[in-house]
Amino acid sequence: MAVIGHFALQGVQMMLVLLLAPLLTGFVRKMKARLLRRQGPPLFQPYRDLIRLMRKEVVLAENASWLFRFTPYFVFATTWIAASLVPTFQSGLLFSWSTDLIALIALLGSARFFLALAGLDVGTSFGGIGSSREVMIASLAEPAMLMIVFTLALIVGSTQLSTMSAFMNSPAVGLRVSLGLGLIALVIVAIAENARIPVDNPATHLELTMVHEAMVLEYSGRHLALIELSAYLKLLLYVSLIACLFAPWGISATTVEPKTFVIGLAAYAVKLAAMSTFLAMFETAVAKMRVFRVPEFLGAALMMGLLATLLRFVSGSF
Amino acid sequence: MHGLVFDVAHLLAGSLVLISFIELYQDRLFALINIFAAHALVLALSVAWQAYVQEAPHLYITAAIALVFKAVVIPMALHRIIVRLGIHREIETVVGIGPAMLLGMGLVALSMVVMLRVTAEADPLAREDLAFSLSVVLLGLLLMVTRRNAVSQVIGFMSLENGLVLAATGAKGMPLVVEISVAFSVLIAFIVIGIFLFRIRERFDTVDVQALDRFRGERK
Amino acid sequence: MPGVALSLVGILLAAAAIAIPTSGTRMARPLVYGICLATTLCLMTVAATALIGKSATPSSLALPAGLPQLGAHFRIDALSAFFLFVVNLGATAASLFAIGYGRHEETPERVLPFYPAYLAGMNLVVLADDAFVFLVAWEFMSLTSWALVIANHKESDNLRAGYIYLLMASFGTLALLLAFGLLAGAEGNYTFAVIRSAPPSAGIAALILILAIIGTGSKAGLVPLHAWLPLAHPAAPSHVSALMSGVMTKVAVYGFIRIVFEMLGPPGWWWSVVVLVCGGATATMGVLYALMQRDLKRVLAYSTIENIGIIFSALGLSLAFKSEGLASIAALALTAGLFHIFNHSLFKSLLFFGSGAVLNATGERDMEKLGGLIHSMPQTAFVFLVGCMAISALPPLNGFVSEWLAFQAILLSPQLPLWSLKLIIPAVGALLALSAALAAACFVRAFGITFLGRARTPAASRAQETDRFSLTAMLILAALCLVAGILPGVFIDLLAATVQFLVGGRMPPQTGIEWLSIIPIAEGRSSYNGLLVFLFMIISGTLAAIAIHRLASDKVRRGPAWDCGYPDPSPLTQYSAASFGQPIRRVFGTIVFRAQEVGEMPPPASTAPARLTVKLSDLIWDTFYAPISGGITFAAEQLNRLQFLTIRRYLTLVFAALVFLLLVLAIWQ
Repeated sequence: MAVIGHFALQGVQMMLVLLLAPLLTGFVRKMKARLLRRQGPPLFQPYRDLIRLMRKEVVLAENASWLFRFTPYFVFATTWIAASLVPTFQSGLLFSWSTDLIALIALLGSARFFLALAGLDVGTSFGGIGSSREVMIASLAEPAMLMIVFTLALIVGSTQLSTMSAFMNSPAVGLRVSLGLGLIALVIVAIAENARIPVDNPATHLELTMVHEAMVLEYSGRHLALIELSAYLKLLLYVSLIACLFAPWGISATTVEPKTFVIGLAAYAVKLAAMSTFLAMFETAVAKMRVFRVPEFLGAALMMGLLATLLRFVSGSF
Repeated sequence: MHGLVFDVAHLLAGSLVLISFIELYQDRLFALINIFAAHALVLALSVAWQAYVQEAPHLYITAAIALVFKAVVIPMALHRIIVRLGIHREIETVVGIGPAMLLGMGLVALSMVVMLRVTAEADPLAREDLAFSLSVVLLGLLLMVTRRNAVSQVIGFMSLENGLVLAATGAKGMPLVVEISVAFSVLIAFIVIGIFLFRIRERFDTVDVQALDRFRGERK
Repeated sequence: MPGVALSLVGILLAAAAIAIPTSGTRMARPLVYGICLATTLCLMTVAATALIGKSATPSSLALPAGLPQLGAHFRIDALSAFFLFVVNLGATAASLFAIGYGRHEETPERVLPFYPAYLAGMNLVVLADDAFVFLVAWEFMSLTSWALVIANHKESDNLRAGYIYLLMASFGTLALLLAFGLLAGAEGNYTFAVIRSAPPSAGIAALILILAIIGTGSKAGLVPLHAWLPLAHPAAPSHVSALMSGVMTKVAVYGFIRIVFEMLGPPGWWWSVVVLVCGGATATMGVLYALMQRDLKRVLAYSTIENIGIIFSALGLSLAFKSEGLASIAALALTAGLFHIFNHSLFKSLLFFGSGAVLNATGERDMEKLGGLIHSMPQTAFVFLVGCMAISALPPLNGFVSEWLAFQAILLSPQLPLWSLKLIIPAVGALLALSAALAAACFVRAFGITFLGRARTPAASRAQETDRFSLTAMLILAALCLVAGILPGVFIDLLAATVQFLVGGRMPPQTGIEWLSIIPIAEGRSSYNGLLVFLFMIISGTLAAIAIHRLASDKVRRGPAWDCGYPDPSPLTQYSAASFGQPIRRVFGTIVFRAQEVGEMPPPASTAPARLTVKLSDLIWDTFYAPISGGITFAAEQLNRLQFLTIRRYLTLVFAALVFLLLVLAIWQ
């Protein structure tokens, strides 16, 4: 009975992230528009966009290969799995021990690998721009993320997300320097990975400022819908990750009690709203960087992660 | 072994190191001065926390002096000097940003190793504060060494001084007399440097210290 | 056991001898490669039985061959069984590949006799139990591979590559000779059994460590001794390149492990520091070089250097833990290193086979002249993609598991009390993370420019799929990559005997953990389940596809590429290898290679094309090799004057030598 309950909870988590992801992006867009004193699109517009795209016919370039058609499904599958494994309203779900935080990052790396290949598949220069810039950003963002993981793992003593979340929720954590450095670095990496201002503009129409958009320029119809959905899922993943690691209040270990379930969900909703507001304000206040200033930005995140790890190696009280 | 006291002190000292890194990274003068104001603000907070923890009320005065002079007066004055000197251009660094950050990391690692080894039997809170202070001092020196513009070298010197104040307050029992004299010497140095900068600018039309080399005496 | 192995090696040597007179005939190629295939398969089974079998006791054999007082000693223990397995797995795959690939060999008489001899040499190195046999087999391995490197002697680049290879190999053997000399000690007892029982003193051990790093590191490709590797590995025929990169470098690592982990006694406190620094630097430099290359095989050779760096970093970590007496964590780090050795031999061989298939189909190794091959060579493209994914450490394949284990070992390192390690290990961890991310970038570039897009030259558009034998070999390797990624627990447990033999501890047993996960340290600390990840990916992907095709739409229409409304028919407007690497070149290359882009714009109203040239300088070559070779050339030129003396001067030389010797006799007491 308990096993079925746990299965159900994991299933609820999977459907929850899938359904919430477009709403999160819709909320961010609405906030940004409001901050610019515009009305902005309705909150549920991303859902309508996805449904519209799914119903459309796919137009493939004549020389697009099987890899081009396979990539949207692969990217969606990996991002969905990764997003389902991050604790949102409860930690310690049934399959959460199968991937730890390092494996999660590597899963997102697989998705990025195929997306970059798909950008090169049709043989246009826009795809090349997107893919080459994307791998440059990834070559700095991934090590920075790994350094953050190291810092957290050295504090908590584990790379499992559920253990990390539980530790951060307990009084044993303290207010540490390395955690502060890790938080700032994680926010920078999250901005870079989700193609947000100042690294990349998710709403741009100018090819020279595109990174993610340029890679997926040739996609249409249901393929484009899957890739957009994966991008929404990735944003939800990073927001949930920051929430479960640095604001873990309300997340409890898995039980099938309705009370903890409701508290967890409510806390999660509050955290999502708070972080999307912060993201919207940040994106409105800051301008997009030139492409070759992004390595300096990410280099700062890498240095902070390295400094935090170094401090943890040097002394246990940092 | 660690409680809130430890953690807040470390947080503030770590933020000071982080702000020193951010100073290394800036190439615009106005931004550098603002970051330095933040540096002094965090120093004031850190000294105030030490005053609270060590129950030493004279340190509050030190914190106030740091706040008023270094976070408000000196940055405003530097702003005015820069506007009057007319330098609104980018700072040319001698070493690129990437290598400067890597060097900064190496210096922090070095100061950690040195301080934590040398003070093995001392109070843990003081030891780690000293390690952070030495990092701030070294990063201030690095800032002075990697810049050509005289104003940024002045800021490097002031950051270095902030690191020394952090070290002095971390070790218990620094009398107020020392701090007043330190503050006044900083003020005098600042006035002298200000006058010096104006004279340089008047004579040579630039504050780029490399240009001064042209006017050294002939080497035989 | 060793007797069986030795007789199989004897069959290989016999095959080499048969190949000499018959290599011109049509039957020679399948015959020779078939014999190699069968023999190496048998050797693989021998190794597997030695590794799995309950007989953890090593078995040795002494033959009355070789030096008179010494004889020849051979031994199979847990360490040599593992490496024997790795060597012969690579050799089996290469022989199978070569049955198909060898059809296109222009001068089979330069390849067929040396190939079985090369395999025999590698096996003998691993089986050797005394210094004499080891060194003779090592030199034999170097010489036969040199002959294979200069097999395509019509290209002058290959001859230069062979020359540099021979120089570096001799240098490495000299270092190893000195190391074994020091190990043997004053009595001069060269058998490993005697050496094991009497470990040297700390000072001598330090010297032996340095010599071993130089000797084996130059063969493995440690920076800065790597300069021969990217020249020699691409020059050889593709199946030999796969063996050199995937297998011979591992034989060098075997030499290192044998000397440093087994014969030198308890490790000193600073040994791990040296190995870690070498490993970290090699990993980063290797992948950065790889990103600047346009020759596909050279990219793969530099990537080998990167992976050797990762292996040495893991070995260095293991040494650090071993010197502190933390045997179980040392076992974790060593398992990571050994598993990476196995993984790398799999996917590097696969990638070299793929590049060989491309070379055969198009005649080109230069990525800038390829493109669009996924349409004409779909199966090769698929297995090459699996290889690229595996080497980029992406789950659910095997490359990720060994990297993950290495990171878990790094996370346990704060326990080490040594200050230098506290600073170096985070730096090495950051370098490993950086090189993993750059490796993914490198292989997106390699696969994308070679196989995707549109064909850039007519040669690329005329490509055809490779033959069955090559494809089978590549498919087997790709399947093994997947299996090792999904069921890593099986392989970790197979390595337990070797690890126990070397560091005296082992990882917790992985069989019997539910759902077939691996738990390297403890239950709540970290775990990974490759099988579940793989199944989840397949299930969610298929579910999404079915749901969307049923509920939404499954219509597809083909049309010209969108390209923002400006499609360009010329395939030269798509991204090239150099342009793909430009952002990374600007970020990292300006510091590491002093990369400069020089653009020459024609004057206005001129129809001449603008030219963009990228200037890279190889700093290691300029600071390290160029002065040495310059110095040697200078000394040689000065000594050359002795050739042109007159008769009177020669007589003066003889007279002066005589007088000098008489003086010495007079003064010496």
